[in-house]
Amino acid sequence: MYPHAKLAYLLSLSVFSYAPFLYAANKPTSLEELSDAIQELEQKVGMTAAMAGNGGSNTVMQPSKTHLGGYGELHYNNLDSGSEIDFHRFVLFIGHKFSDRIRLHSELEMEHSIAGEGQNGEVELEQAYIDIDINDNATVRTGLFLIPVGIINETHEPPVFYGVERNPVENNIIPATWWEGGVGVNGELAPGWGYDVAVTSGLESTDYRPRGGRNKVSEASAENLAYTGRVKWTGMPGTEIAATIQLQDDITQETDPTAGSATLFETHAIVNRGPATVKVLYAAWDLDGTGPASVGRDEQTGWYVEPSYKVIEKVGVFVRYNEWDNDAGSASTAGTKRKQTNIGANYWPHEDVVFKFDLLDQGGAIDDEGFNLGVGYQF
Amino acid sequence: MTRFLALTILCLATTTAMARDVYQQPQEFITQVFAGNPPQPQLLWITKTLNQDIQEILGHELGVLRIRYWQHGGKTAWILEETGKEQLITTGLVVNNGKIDQLKVLIYRESRGMEVRHPFFTDQFKDAYLQTNKQLDRSIDGISGATVSVRALTKLARLALFLHHHVNAAP
Repeated sequence: MYPHAKLAYLLSLSVFSYAPFLYAANKPTSLEELSDAIQELEQKVGMTAAMAGNGGSNTVMQPSKTHLGGYGELHYNNLDSGSEIDFHRFVLFIGHKFSDRIRLHSELEMEHSIAGEGQNGEVELEQAYIDIDINDNATVRTGLFLIPVGIINETHEPPVFYGVERNPVENNIIPATWWEGGVGVNGELAPGWGYDVAVTSGLESTDYRPRGGRNKVSEASAENLAYTGRVKWTGMPGTEIAATIQLQDDITQETDPTAGSATLFETHAIVNRGPATVKVLYAAWDLDGTGPASVGRDEQTGWYVEPSYKVIEKVGVFVRYNEWDNDAGSASTAGTKRKQTNIGANYWPHEDVVFKFDLLDQGGAIDDEGFNLGVGYQF
Repeated sequence: MTRFLALTILCLATTTAMARDVYQQPQEFITQVFAGNPPQPQLLWITKTLNQDIQEILGHELGVLRIRYWQHGGKTAWILEETGKEQLITTGLVVNNGKIDQLKVLIYRESRGMEVRHPFFTDQFKDAYLQTNKQLDRSIDGISGATVSVRALTKLARLALFLHHHVNAAP
């Protein structure tokens, strides 16, 4: 019980415990007097509640300055390539509000249930940053934070997206989930126009693929930093259009003299009208240097489109078509382009709990099919 | 590039300093709603039965003993709060003859999702009314990344409409 609620309870008890004695001493003799006595008692209770801490306003119990949250998801994959059950992610958020202007946000994640030497899983610090509000339009973010790019990189709690597994385009091209250490500023340029700029640690890839280049801010090389900027428009309800660009001098952190600078461009749109939503995303890396060009990784691209429809409040259906290619600079992409289609449904027994099902069919340079089941939550 | 970024950060950080959270004080909102002459506030005590209905709307207890509101004719005004992801969102709501006349975010304390305070979002609630299942008559189009704040404001709109009906139906 909150301290204010406890105090209110005790003070209310004291008022009510005196009431019978007051009533006996000044026993009303008519309905009018009884009505007056009730009104007086109501005033006393009201004053007691006001004294208890909410000042007579409607202020509900204040949340604690320290906030605990989290999410988790269990996946079952039944594919031609094999079947697997995995508690993919167990995540705890801890936030703390030092003052109205200064806040901490952190996220600690355990992947694949068990971590340690020889185990499948790992324990990762995915976010740990301080936000300081400078003014109405600017918050300075310092620490370890998610790169402002794509649709799921920053918002990926299981109840907010369709499909048991996250989409492969953002996983393999962007690469989500992607966090770095550094400093940034975010806020609003005008109503509906959001911005982010950040200077962070960069990728360190040995094969020019972005996903393997995430150092996860673990004694990471900081020879070459990354510069990220995003503009996002949400000026119409249910609509988001955003574009991100990131520049890095060298995504091998100067370990490969044949590698040059690298540029990521990503753009996406989300349109939600009533029960219908369409999401579309495009992302592309452009890598300079003879090294990436020699293996066809000077261009890496991907896109997906995902229409969905909420049949009723608790049930939604979707289809998602994905294409991506981490070797798009090859002379022929016939053998490198990958395709995946998912069709499925989400069921939310509670707004923060979801059960998922989807059929998966891969093509192009990969070949697999089957179905996935999942359960997820957030709090 | 580094110079450009530093300059951008500097420009943004040195613009007029002001309190980030408070867009309008609740008392100013009430005064404005009633054209500078607000009626005396009234108290609605949260009975056990009422609390059950409120819990059905919010998904949790309200956590107060009573709610203060302002009424003039068929118009009621409410200052209500709901927790978003982590922090309270203070909202001013006006209900006129059973329909939302105004929904305004007065104090926003969350670190993300502040787009919900803009009229292009809150205008969706204009003229919304409550159906018998305590849901709004319309769906509210959300804002990506602000799902929880959108949900909180939708709940407060439903609550204000419900309480408006309650105080007007009371004998």
